[in-house]
Amino acid sequence: MSQYLLRRLLIVIPSLIGISLVLFVLLALAPGDPFGELAQNPAVPPEVRAALREKFGLDDPIMVRYFRWLLAMLQGDWGFSFVSRMDVDTLILQRLPVTLIVIGASQVLALVVALPVGVYAAMRPYSLFDQVATTTAFIGFSLPTFFTGLLFILVFSIHLDWLPFVYQTNVSGTGLAFVWEHIRQAIMPVVVLGLFQGGVLTRFVRSAVLDVVRLDYVTTARAKGLRERIVILKHIVRNALIPVVTLIALQMPIVFGGAVVTEQIFRIPGIGSLLIASILANDTPVIMAVTFVTACLVILFNLIADLLYGWLDPRISYR
Amino acid sequence: MNERDMRGLIADVKLGKLSRRAFVRRMVAVGLTAPLAAQMLMHSGVAMAQSKSTYKPTKAGGGGALKVLWWQGPTLLNPHFAVGTKDQDGSRVFYEPLAGWDADGNLKPVLAAEVPSFENGGVAKDGLSVTWKLKKGVTWHDGKPFTADDCVFNWQYASDPATAAVTIATYKDVEVVKVDDHTIKVLFSKPTPFWADAFVGTRGMMIPKHVFESYKGATSRDAPANLAPVGTGPYLFTEFKPGDLVAGKLNPNYHEENRPYFDTFEMKGGGDAVSAARAVLQTGEYDFAWNMQVEDAILKRLEEGGKGKAVITAGGNIEFIGVNNTDPWTEVDGERSSLKTTHPSLSDPAVRGALNLLVDRQAVQDHIYGRTGVATANFLNNPERFRSTKTKFEFNIDKAIKMLDDAGWKPGADGIREKNGVKLKYVYQTSVNAPRQKTQAIVKQACQKAGIDIEIKAVTASVFFSSDVANPDTYTKFYTDIQMYTTTMSQPDPALFMNQYVSWEVSTKDNKWQGRNITRWRSDEYDKLYRQAEGELDPVKRAAMFVRMNELAIEGVAVIPVVYRPTVAAVSSKLNAPLSGWDNNTWSLQDWYRDA
Repeated sequence: MSQYLLRRLLIVIPSLIGISLVLFVLLALAPGDPFGELAQNPAVPPEVRAALREKFGLDDPIMVRYFRWLLAMLQGDWGFSFVSRMDVDTLILQRLPVTLIVIGASQVLALVVALPVGVYAAMRPYSLFDQVATTTAFIGFSLPTFFTGLLFILVFSIHLDWLPFVYQTNVSGTGLAFVWEHIRQAIMPVVVLGLFQGGVLTRFVRSAVLDVVRLDYVTTARAKGLRERIVILKHIVRNALIPVVTLIALQMPIVFGGAVVTEQIFRIPGIGSLLIASILANDTPVIMAVTFVTACLVILFNLIADLLYGWLDPRISYR
Repeated sequence: MNERDMRGLIADVKLGKLSRRAFVRRMVAVGLTAPLAAQMLMHSGVAMAQSKSTYKPTKAGGGGALKVLWWQGPTLLNPHFAVGTKDQDGSRVFYEPLAGWDADGNLKPVLAAEVPSFENGGVAKDGLSVTWKLKKGVTWHDGKPFTADDCVFNWQYASDPATAAVTIATYKDVEVVKVDDHTIKVLFSKPTPFWADAFVGTRGMMIPKHVFESYKGATSRDAPANLAPVGTGPYLFTEFKPGDLVAGKLNPNYHEENRPYFDTFEMKGGGDAVSAARAVLQTGEYDFAWNMQVEDAILKRLEEGGKGKAVITAGGNIEFIGVNNTDPWTEVDGERSSLKTTHPSLSDPAVRGALNLLVDRQAVQDHIYGRTGVATANFLNNPERFRSTKTKFEFNIDKAIKMLDDAGWKPGADGIREKNGVKLKYVYQTSVNAPRQKTQAIVKQACQKAGIDIEIKAVTASVFFSSDVANPDTYTKFYTDIQMYTTTMSQPDPALFMNQYVSWEVSTKDNKWQGRNITRWRSDEYDKLYRQAEGELDPVKRAAMFVRMNELAIEGVAVIPVVYRPTVAAVSSKLNAPLSGWDNNTWSLQDWYRDA
């Protein structure tokens, strides 16, 4: 087991270097210039742009820049934003809490809804409950979030005027009013994202459970006279969970990366909107940091998923 | 319009036959800026109007929260690093210049005690210096007094190339001397007709010496105050999250009495223009939203809610079609559109004239832009028309056809006109943007009827407007026959705008396509006039030169103006927010208040 872990961790190093190299080269080759906006302003002489490019080391060869970035990253220095003239880690940390709260809440919502609904629907396939659940799930993941988001805004903010559609981080008030205000503004984005994720997850859980429910050992368990509760939880769900764990584990990095579209619609100052703004402004250090951290998280959660398999199904051994 | 016409108009203003505002509007119509027009009046002895204050509140504070939306939020708050208007607008909340420009182009003193003029001896007759008297009793947000030393420091800070300030052009050629604690003198190296640049408006915001002193030059990026401003403005800094939020609270020691009205200020960033308009006009969640690049039809529908209105401010932005004077399809010494070539068909004045007649500006305004893009009068073909308020621009396919026929461009077998084997086939490029593509279609249709074949090309904005030397699709390379985009004239002095047709500014491989003359149109007369205008101290004579230059460029059809693009803001119907097209959106934030 520990040998397996060590081997896996060693594989991580070259893959991360590969990922970072590809990201860096792609960004360096992409068109655009972080100081391009200055070029359009006749009052700014070209020398200023040249000086800025030199100051931020943009004129060096790609490889020199890459190794400078890699060395800094190894020492925990995430770089310096061209556009905001501040450290990238400060920029990301400013946005992390909101991202974790909103995206995290939507993932939790998706899980809390999808697991029981998926299992219950699979236990009674083609019943009325199953039909309704399946249809809802289908609608949920067929509708893109930019559509449901706008629909929610039109209905709940504009026609009913119940909920605000601009997400604010500096909510005034204290105590309960403060919490309530935060919940109020988070309802729509959380539900929009949760509906989408929940839809996908429900279908997945349902089909995974459906695969297991017909197996012989389930029949045996029932024949032994075990209570239905135990059959479902111990025999069915635990075995059905393996593919579901993979799916969830792979979605976890999204909690960090944010949801670009939803964040844009509701003006949530999360990491997704930071990423898109940085891409539009060609702010390479920020793009690099966000994408690279996301890549690290994908690899990490893959590993966690692999380790969880062993706990869920002891037959899986690590060699 | 020549110098004599202008003097006549100024005399009318003096006699009261013509209002200041009408005069300014007329000058703007011939391509000048409002600040320049106001300067002409001042020079001729018509005092600069002090814009009448409409500010009603009788005490500072008590207004609650002022919430504004900038759908692209400020990303930094040091005015000397402000890349775009969003950063300048954000910085202006905390930092102030000596004076700002109002909507009519008048200078309004902010940190100055008065606006320099010939009468008060502030502006030197020889054009070599200007003396500013500073307001006394102004304190920075941390309590330290604002003095002449701060002004001198800002000049040193911005003019140091190692600081890499975007305001360097304003400060590098001047010298700033402290006369006493509350007087400074700006010295110019040569006679300078337009003196109100340093310490004025968007490029004049001042940072405190005692805070930034140790961060001048190479260490400028490390200053903690880059992210936590200490200024003199109406609101004290409380919070800044780049791209998301700029927050402030009332400055109890603000230097203008009874101001500001609001207790807190909040500038929220992110999202898109349409939903920002919605948040102001329809739900009223916000009081103000910036830069409404929204179709007019949508704005009108949102305005029906009655919670707010779209406020349109005239500025100098113009959407125009540039006509290439060089051959974009022949490569010479590693570059296309080289100065060593001439365009095979567009070099013919008849073809250019015909193209000019084939742009249906009225249709572009009516069907695409509405209030947000006003068809520009084809003013320079016919200056007398400015005597009347009804200006016309011509869209006439028949006339264009006749022009082409007369010049010998005859339709070929495929219906496309040709002469000596040269066909009238053009590639028309612009950035990807729905209104621009619709405009392209309108022009293409008219050209087709006249026997000119237009191939439409749309380039992603991030490529089109980039300065990427390796990319052939940038607007400065101009590797097509005609192209369209908006050029901004937010600078109060037209000199910077007009240098885009001088021959030494031609965009070429040698200057890495950073030259400002993108159409590669050249004229000796234009060059000569521009050189003269640089040293002409009489603003009326100088203005006449600019008008003539404009005429030359339009008569030569270097460009075809399409629509003026005024700036549009969504403003809550209760909010009073004086805006100006010649300064930042937040230039008079201290005067904003809400009707009870």
